[in-house]
Amino acid sequence: MHELSLKQLSDGLASGDFSSVELTDHFLGRIERLDPSLNSFISVTPDQARTQAKAADERRSAGDAGPLTGIPIAHKDLFCTDGVRTSCASKMLDNFVPPYDATVVAKMKDAGCVMLGKTNMDEFAMGSSNETSWYGPVKNPWDHERVPGGSSGGAVACVAARLAPGATATDTGGSIRQPAALCGVTGLKPTYGRVSRYGMIAFASSLDQGGPVAGSAQDCAMLLNAMAGFDSRDSTSLDSAVPDYTASLGDSIEGLRIGLPREYFDEALDPVMAETMRAALAELEKLGATLIDVSLPNTHLAVPAYYVIAPAEASANLARFDGARYGHRCKDPANLEDMYMRSRAEGFGNEVKRRIMVGTYALSAGYYDAYYRKAQRVRRVIANDFANVLSTVDVIAGPASPSPAFKLGEKSSDPVTMYLEDIYTIAANLAGLPAMSAPAGMVNNLPVGIQLIGNHLQEARLLNVAHRFQQATDWHQRRPAGIE
Amino acid sequence: MIWEMVIGLEVHVQLATKSKIFSGAATRFGAAPNTQACAVDLAMPGTLPVLNEEAVHMAVMFGLAIDAQLSRRTVFDRKNYFYPDLPKGYQISQLDDPIVGRGEVKIELPDGSSKRIGVTRAHLEEDAGKSLHEDFHGMTGIDLNRAGTPLLEIVSEPDIRSAAEAVAYLKQIHSIVTYLGISDGNMAEGSMRCDINISLRPQGASEYGTRAEIKNVNSFRFVEKAIEVEFERQADILEGGGEIVQETRLYDANKNETRSMRSKEVAHDYRYFPEPDLLPVEISEAFIEATRAQLPELPTAKIQRFKERYGLNAYDASVLCAERALADFYEQVVEVSGDAKISANWVMVELLALLNRDGLKLADSKVSADDLGLLVKRILDGTISGKIAKQVFDSMWNGEGTPDAIIEAKGLRQVADTGLIEAMVDETLANNAEQVEKYRATPADKRVKMFGFFVGQVMKASKGKANPQQVNDLLRQKLESE
Amino acid sequence: MSVSESDIARVAELARIRLDPTEVPELTNRMNNILGMIDQMQSADTGDIQPMANPLDAVQRLRPDAVTEPDQRDAFQALAPASQDGLYLVPKVIE
Repeated sequence: MHELSLKQLSDGLASGDFSSVELTDHFLGRIERLDPSLNSFISVTPDQARTQAKAADERRSAGDAGPLTGIPIAHKDLFCTDGVRTSCASKMLDNFVPPYDATVVAKMKDAGCVMLGKTNMDEFAMGSSNETSWYGPVKNPWDHERVPGGSSGGAVACVAARLAPGATATDTGGSIRQPAALCGVTGLKPTYGRVSRYGMIAFASSLDQGGPVAGSAQDCAMLLNAMAGFDSRDSTSLDSAVPDYTASLGDSIEGLRIGLPREYFDEALDPVMAETMRAALAELEKLGATLIDVSLPNTHLAVPAYYVIAPAEASANLARFDGARYGHRCKDPANLEDMYMRSRAEGFGNEVKRRIMVGTYALSAGYYDAYYRKAQRVRRVIANDFANVLSTVDVIAGPASPSPAFKLGEKSSDPVTMYLEDIYTIAANLAGLPAMSAPAGMVNNLPVGIQLIGNHLQEARLLNVAHRFQQATDWHQRRPAGIE
Repeated sequence: MIWEMVIGLEVHVQLATKSKIFSGAATRFGAAPNTQACAVDLAMPGTLPVLNEEAVHMAVMFGLAIDAQLSRRTVFDRKNYFYPDLPKGYQISQLDDPIVGRGEVKIELPDGSSKRIGVTRAHLEEDAGKSLHEDFHGMTGIDLNRAGTPLLEIVSEPDIRSAAEAVAYLKQIHSIVTYLGISDGNMAEGSMRCDINISLRPQGASEYGTRAEIKNVNSFRFVEKAIEVEFERQADILEGGGEIVQETRLYDANKNETRSMRSKEVAHDYRYFPEPDLLPVEISEAFIEATRAQLPELPTAKIQRFKERYGLNAYDASVLCAERALADFYEQVVEVSGDAKISANWVMVELLALLNRDGLKLADSKVSADDLGLLVKRILDGTISGKIAKQVFDSMWNGEGTPDAIIEAKGLRQVADTGLIEAMVDETLANNAEQVEKYRATPADKRVKMFGFFVGQVMKASKGKANPQQVNDLLRQKLESE
Repeated sequence: MSVSESDIARVAELARIRLDPTEVPELTNRMNNILGMIDQMQSADTGDIQPMANPLDAVQRLRPDAVTEPDQRDAFQALAPASQDGLYLVPKVIE
């Protein structure tokens, strides 16, 4: 059953080939057997899953089933789940069991999804390798000595290993797209505001977006149908109708104009990667698309600007973790200041502390204009570049990451080296644009992905392009060894 | 050296919305701890703010009432600091783009003069929770019910030059916000809190001295006293050749002194930046005009109207207009009685005296405006004298009925029948023949007290009901006739 | 722009994170690497362009003034490290 796509599972449930209870048991069994070597889950919820599966089957008997009813999924462990630990992969929230659901979780529940558990991630979503988790790193199913990418490493690894047919994840600077590329799965970051952030524990408020991870664009489209939509509890939520993202998947892409920014295909790009990308783009040409040279001249400013804005917002968003009302409190605090200082020192890992420090510094007196305000100006410049290019082409394409998965520990010594993993993905977050990555080839027997960026609210178009690509290629159907 | 004090006031007004500024939790005062603190107010992970439209509406009302500039696109900012009553570790406030810009408030001073005090700006922000420092085994208790209550922070220009001006300004702000209905103005419950910025300079100088800030003073009286003692403190230091330290101080009402909060003054770097969870708020012309059209008559306009329509002096008008409810009450009394001056006296003196005595608010008055109006009418139409009316009023206050009912029941109708009164006068004079002779033997300029004796006797005989004017006239006639 | 160890100490104080003295040199080093990368931004000529706080062009939606949240104190306070009589308990501030 795990070989089937989410779409096939949905059809199977509908035709009664199997029940949700059977499906859920199957995936729970796989998790038990295979996850110890991957560490893609922080919490597994078998009892709740079985209860939900049973309810889904009953709903189906009552004639009230939708396309996602009874489908098992996993949630990234920064979506609050009522009654289930939500840790953000941090010691700070190791004991945090929220009494409320994130809007995304509630919507998936309404759609009838079955929650298998909460997936591992970089602590507080800060990372590109899933090596900063309090619960230990996630292993790339394609090579256990390599990282899956991050921060949504767990979500992506569990889908790649077929421990779940789909998962929810979040993307602030590439945290869905980069790991999806490194693990050979499909992932999409929607337009900023498309998916509600209520209950999605905040890292960088103006950059975070929740999105789907699954084995194909079609599967992602089904998940996005349930995840997307206006939420009155999120002031940044877009009040815009949600189309059926599956409806246009099969549309022709004849005449599609694909922009290739020369800054993404310069000498810095590894030649083998470049070649792999060219081959993938050639497939799109065969489907009728036209490749057009474009320029995003301020690409080199995206990472610096991001690493001011994201830490700055994070430094304030993480101030609430102070040991006062929930989460980790140090033992025997001598006074209030001691409680703050030690609870936070003990609760946060090093990367989180570093980013809080950078953010605090960038906002502090005397530095605000030079750092924060400057970065916000750069942000608008970058957004303008995209607007210009997207007025002449339909989508922008490029690599989703500079290289395939690297070894655990390889980039941990210098944070900046790690930050450059996101060199292609970060700009879309700054501009609030939808972007996705889809498997596009293999380099050194490791998957790599192609990234597609669209204009605001063009998720349907992106999914359509990826779907047509996936009908003509089979990269997305490759499987790592050892997950049978 | 003559020192001039330069004062700027920051007033935090709690807006009387039903729910919090950024969440749907209730704002009612006095609830059990943390029963009105929802996930957003507790800064639970993943929660987000959504702006209350009534808070915006109320801020615009205030801006219109002080003739201020209004922002068409206002932005919220995060003010970052750590304190247990501030759950998020930042307060959502406004820095560079406040909803209300420059305006002014006109104040009336006791000596009859008036002055315009500038308002620099007014902005919206969320209130913090409360720390209870009573001992919980050496810990502090935190109640977050108040966290998220909307505040309007009103900042004045440093135009205030005396404690009297400061109090007049505060009373005017209080009057405006209660008139508009945007705050209950209950200072004891913390609905209105004041921070005083005060510095001294030699009289005639143009540069500002170093200022101290006295935080969280919550009554007009304490504001006055705090300013007085702080003035003394700063003057002493400056006279002695010392320098004022720029710092935050607290007013201690028990000791009547201000003391430094310096130990809590870790350098506050608030690291303001625009709140990314909220979008800019656009305030349209249509919204502003609709708000303007619905504004109630404001204190200054009402006072002016009272002076003109009711012939009241500035002081009386301002007393009656201090609270909108009182002004409305008064106008109803006038409507029923037909007289402005006597009504004013009855409301300002008799009614307020009984309200004060019994510790009641106007809303709980034992006598309605209609009934008081009737009472005044009965004085005017001669049914009862002013003195008897006070008796009737007391009976009304005790719930004994309407004025007419009480007058009837107690037979308090004034006797105005000349014949009857003359008979009583004759009787009194006949019964006091000795005093009459004595009176007539006394020189004219020493007769006043004795005359009063006869008046008293007649009034006593009539049980106070004789028309005093007629009694006076007849007595004088008869006593002087020999 | 580069930071010194005393800058790091000041920032850690603002962020309420206790640093072990032994951590400071490496942290200072790493911070300087990061700041060096960030400084690449400074060469960009952004002129007078408006800072972008949020990628949406939308404006704030207003919520009607109504009480929509019930009392859930028990559920929330069950998560607290210390509470009593409905209050959250924290250590005292030192005077």
